[in-house]
Amino acid sequence: MELKDFVQNFANQFDETDAEMFTPETKFRDFEEWSSIIGLSIILMVDEEYGITIDADDMKQAETIGELFNIVQAKA
Amino acid sequence: MEYNPYSLEGKTILVTGGAGGIGSEVGRVCSKLGARIVLTDNREDALQSALSSLVKVDGGEHLAVNADLTNADELNALVDQIPEIDGFVCNAGVMKLVLTQFITEEELTRIQSINLNAPILLTKALLKKKKIRKGGSIVFTASAAGVFRVSMGNAIYATTKCGIDAFMRTVALEYGPKGIRCNSVNPGMVETALIGTFTEEQKEKEKLNYPLRRFAQPEDIAQGIAFLLSDASSFVTGTALKIDGGMTLS
Repeated sequence: MELKDFVQNFANQFDETDAEMFTPETKFRDFEEWSSIIGLSIILMVDEEYGITIDADDMKQAETIGELFNIVQAKA
Repeated sequence: MEYNPYSLEGKTILVTGGAGGIGSEVGRVCSKLGARIVLTDNREDALQSALSSLVKVDGGEHLAVNADLTNADELNALVDQIPEIDGFVCNAGVMKLVLTQFITEEELTRIQSINLNAPILLTKALLKKKKIRKGGSIVFTASAAGVFRVSMGNAIYATTKCGIDAFMRTVALEYGPKGIRCNSVNPGMVETALIGTFTEEQKEKEKLNYPLRRFAQPEDIAQGIAFLLSDASSFVTGTALKIDGGMTLS
């Protein structure tokens, strides 16, 4: 699992926010576009792309994309 | 005479079942309204014939892509090779009259796979790969059957169209905030090969159920679809548009 790909897959769930705004340090909840639906699509993306199940509590623990990556990787 | 909110100029529109009775007519009507058309079907000869019947437009060459949408590889290859689109007419479908006690798992699976699974999976792939532009419009060819009425011998078909209706409304809900609309047209009987399983006598009797005393021509359905693709319907989403000559009124 590559961090770079994870950030890309994360960014793909957004439509309005510029792709270059996404880095491992990005606090994704600060984006205006962030919504509970995007949160759900992140959970489903992790399942589809990596075959790993995360839940809303896992999401809550992550403030940045990099932190979420670490949580997902720990479950791999 | 500049005012034409129904114009499809500058739009690219993908039509599945593009070689069939309704699909090929959708291509012709939309090309007359200025759209660039991408037709897809798995019947090569009919597909080429439908392609050659399109009116030339300024927005680029029309395309025809042969694909069996029940095959995941062919579905994904289609999505990868088409340009970005403004309209998606999800129209391919089959029908077979079977009384409930004669339903086989094989036929159930085949019809569901064409009428329900392929439309859902193709819509998913187009959305995931961001092939549908903002301001885009998705139109399903559903049916009066299953959504507004049921009739004997039509359980499988009606069930798949009922499923399309629920899917259409869900996509409208999920993608409205992203500026993508989703609707369906719901025809009654249309004069195409699909209703070939009815005898002439059955058809004449059935027409008495239509206040307008005829079945739809493919053009009647295609024009409804063109409306839902155009900016004239900018505030219409999640709607099942009956085009049935009044058949479901009684």
